[in-house]
Order: sequence, then structure tokens, then C-alpha cells
Amino acid sequence: MSRQPFTPDRYRELVASHTPPSRQLRGYLRAFWVGGTICVLGQALTLWAEKLNLGEITAPMFTTSALIFLGTTLTGIGVYDRIGKYAGAGSAIPVTGFANSVAAPAIEFQREGAVMGVGARLFTLAGPVLAYGIASSVLVGIAYWLARGWVL
Amino acid sequence: MDTLWLFVKAFVVGGLICDVGQLLIMRTKLTNARILVLFVVSGVLLTALGLYKPLVDFAGAGATVPLTGFGYSLAMGAIEAVNRYGFWGAFVGGISRTAAGITAAIVFGLVNALVFKPHAKP
Amino acid sequence: MSRAGQQTFVYDRPPVIAAHASVAGPKEAQGPLAPWFDALLEDDLLGQKSWELAEMEMVRRCVMDALNQARMPAESVQALLGGDLNNQIIASSFAARALGMPFLGQYGACSTFVQALAVASALISGGFLDSAACVASSHFCTAERQFRFPLELGTQRPPQASWTATACGCALLKGEGEGLRITSGTLGRVIDLNITDANHMGAAMAPAVFDTLAAHFSDMGRRAEDYDLIATGDLGWIGRDLLLELCDAAGVSLPPDRLIDCGASLFYREQDAHAGGSGCGCVASVSCGWLMKRLERGELNRLLLVGSGAMLSPTSSQQGQSVPGIACAVSIERGR
Repeated sequence: MSRQPFTPDRYRELVASHTPPSRQLRGYLRAFWVGGTICVLGQALTLWAEKLNLGEITAPMFTTSALIFLGTTLTGIGVYDRIGKYAGAGSAIPVTGFANSVAAPAIEFQREGAVMGVGARLFTLAGPVLAYGIASSVLVGIAYWLARGWVL
Repeated sequence: MDTLWLFVKAFVVGGLICDVGQLLIMRTKLTNARILVLFVVSGVLLTALGLYKPLVDFAGAGATVPLTGFGYSLAMGAIEAVNRYGFWGAFVGGISRTAAGITAAIVFGLVNALVFKPHAKP
Repeated sequence: MSRAGQQTFVYDRPPVIAAHASVAGPKEAQGPLAPWFDALLEDDLLGQKSWELAEMEMVRRCVMDALNQARMPAESVQALLGGDLNNQIIASSFAARALGMPFLGQYGACSTFVQALAVASALISGGFLDSAACVASSHFCTAERQFRFPLELGTQRPPQASWTATACGCALLKGEGEGLRITSGTLGRVIDLNITDANHMGAAMAPAVFDTLAAHFSDMGRRAEDYDLIATGDLGWIGRDLLLELCDAAGVSLPPDRLIDCGASLFYREQDAHAGGSGCGCVASVSCGWLMKRLERGELNRLLLVGSGAMLSPTSSQQGQSVPGIACAVSIERGR
């Protein structure tokens, strides 16, 4: 016994027509300038690292660690979520956003304890990124090893 | 002037990469976690195909700071380690090259949880 | 006659709302209904150690406020019917631990408060209880970390997302006395039109509200015009429009000026609550704080309160299931 006047398909169309769209242009502009600015900051840190003669291996480490420190600290003082609300992908995609995804659950779940709260939740969002990033790099390494053996 | 040009390149390329993420947020139903995974894996694959290195050479931090750059480091690390150690390099290189970033995120994340309290949203 | 049609209870001895209390959080205190709430919170944490404990404390305070208004000691209340959005409804059950009343846990997602009213009224009308407290609560911070993301994560909400209210409402029902009466209650069926966007709860619930409304009207032989106001719980601005479309297409008369939505009333549009308020505490606080007072002032004589809930869990949405909706209705009438 159904009283519903619409089929699910028809209802989906009705819902779509009543749902306001995200404000696209504004979203792109905000993501662009915030994301770009974080990258400029990264570039400035890289140049600074060169000045300090940190070398080819340690300079990128310096830049990345500094940006991650910035991301986690802004998360801790409750600023990064506001930046994220404004900028969307502009603050989620840079490595500072990765830092935010590690620090946010760690802070949020501190009341569940140091091990299953902070320790385990630290990886709720970063875990998948690390798992698939590392696994795919291993595949690439093996593929490269095979290709190299083939060619040589 | 050269420095300014470096900054402009980083700004524009970094901004455009973020806009690809924004497109995925607004146009698809992908969750944030999936978008981040997609970016890292794309970075790994583009690097393997030799497409991402030129972008890094051109835009510097504009290409390395977004998460695709994390994928770039993972893939470059794996490839270089295979050159050095052979097969087992594939298992060593990725994490070795990104160790500083991963460790920084974990340590600073833990320190944060010790220092700060959760905030309510306005 | 204590039953009408397929889904409706008609209460022979309609229970009286002896007292009602509401608590609202800091963001809700910036909204249009702020002057109506009995208590406004300045601190989301209420001096507690966690958001969950804060929600329990909010429930306890709200029930105590209602008891004080009715000058009833906690021991004299024969049952507490309540629920919330936390896993295993801990806010309500832990508050019940503090209050010491016999507890009957309720869960109907955001419709919980109306479900509690319908069940308690049946128990009172049937003579099983002389008095019962009905309570429902929600807290933005407990809901967010359970259903969505950690609060500190920088994410954007889509425009169709609703904002879980930090709020609580409690109504104290008695078999005898003066006051508003709950005259009928209509149970809802779980309706699913295959909405898979877990953010779009207004769209998921509107068909369930429509179903329960249509059932109530046909069971009771009434029309929307028989009510001064029909208040839906937590459809939000978009869901309210969808409900009007559904009624229009089905030929069920529902004049827009007689329909308000609690979620769409709780916040100003500028408050960035997107589609509007939601959460068990939304319909509970808005009805206890605002609508029941309007009935008592004589601005309204007969109200149909329709609570709606989205029956999803993080597990069901991660497994790609659609979002089923439910709605439960009670009619509340002024004296005589």
C-alpha cells in the first residue's frame, strides 16, 4: 500500500530541482587563492632552506615538516576548520590539509584515551592515504624493476 | 625578478591543482577521504608515467605541496631505491623519502592532542 | 474508541501537558526563537569533561526544569521516555540514571520526541501510568563526531546539509489536571524513496512525513484545515518545499501558511545552518519552547506536531544504503 505520488526516479528529479547548487565560481576562486598561497608559502620555505644550505635531500624535508607543523598547530588552535570551510579543497589538498586530517581526529578523540582514542583515530583519514599511497608506490617500484630488467 | 616568477608559478599551479579537488567536491559525491586517496594515487601514477616530474621542475612547491606531490615523492623514492637496491628498493623507497613528512604529521598530531582541547563550532 | 484506522491512537483519556521545558545551545541562542527558550547555554560543554557528558547534563537540567515548573519531585514521575542521537541513546539513559525514574528508551532519530509523546500518551490514556516525562536531546558536537567528521577537520558542507541543534525539550504528561491535551497520535511507516545522499535528510524524510500526514488525515477523517498549524520536525527549508510538492501532487490539501518546520524555524538563514536545524533536540525544544507556549497563549487551538527522522547510521551509509525516513505525529489541543 503506497500513498507516494512519485516514483523514486521522479522524486530524485524533484529533489534535484529543489536543491540549491553549490556556488561554483566562488568555490573555485577561494580554493585557487588559498591553495596557491599555501604553495607560495612552501616555495618561500624551500628558498629559505636553500639559503640555509640544507641540501637537496634535507631541504624538502624541512619544507614539508614546517608546513605540517603549521597545519597541525592551526588545527589545534581551531583555525584550520574555518579555513577549510572557506577554501574547501584549497586547504584540504595541500600537505597542510593532510596534517589537519591527522591532527583533527587526534584532538577530537582524546577523551577516548591515549591508545584507542588518540593513537588509533590519528589514522582515520590519513590511514587510507598512506595505505594506498605506499601500496601504489611499491607497485610502481616493482613495475620499474621489471621494466628495467626487461630493457637491460 | 626570478624569485617573483618562482612564486607566481607555484601560486598558479598549486591553485589549479586545488581547483581540481574543488571540482571533485562540488561536482561528485566523493567523500573527502576518497578525494585525498585519489590525489595521492594519481600523483604516484603520473610520476610513474613520467608526467609529474616536469611539473615539479616547472612549478616547484606548486607541484610538491599538494597531495599529488606526496605521491610524487613516494613514486620517486621507490624508483630511486630500485636503482640502488634492486627489487627490495620498491619496498623501501617510498616511505624512506617521505619519512620526514609522515613522522612530522604523526608527532605533531600527537603533541596537538596533548596540548589542545576540542572546540565547538560557531 | 481508542483507535482510528490503520495507524492512529485516539486517546480516550487525553493526557495533560503539565509542564514543558526547553534548553538551547549558544548558536540556537542567536536564532529567532531565542526569547522563547526556557534556558540558553553559554557553553557547549556545560562545565563537563566531554560533549556526551554535556548532553546528558543538558537532558538532566531540562527534565529538572519541567519537574520544578510542575512542582513534582522526580520520585513521583512514573516513567521517563526519552532518546537522543548517540549510539545506544546514552545521553538519555545516563540522564535517567541521575534522575532515578523508570526509563523507557526511545529511538526514532529526529522524530524521537514525538514518538515519546505518542507512546507516553497511550500508556497514560490506557491507565498504565499517571505521569510520564518525555524528553529528547541532541548536541551538535556529539552528533558531528559520530555521524560526520571530527570538529577540527576543515571540510565544506553542501547546501542541503542540516545543522544538528544543540537543544533539549521535555514535556511532563499527567493523566489528570489542567493544560494542553494530547488527543491523538499517528505512528509512521518507514518510507524510502532511495535517497542515498546522507547529507540530504530533508529529502529523505519528506516522503515519510507525507505518508504519516496522509495516514493521520484519513484515519481521523480530518484535513489540514482542521488544524491551526501543522509543525513538522526537521525537514528544513528544502524538505518543507518537497513536502508541499508531494502533497500537491497527491491531492492532499496542505496550505503553506499552515505549515511550519521546526528545523527551518530554529535558525536565521544568515546563520549558515544551510538547510536548517535537525536533531532530536530541534523538534523537542521548538515544540516545548515555542509551539506549546503559543497554544497556551491562545494563539493556536489545535496543533499537529509531526516529528520526522532519518533512519541512517554511519554503517548503513558507508555500506552505500539509502536513507529511509520515518515520521510520527501527535495532535495537541488547548483545554476543553
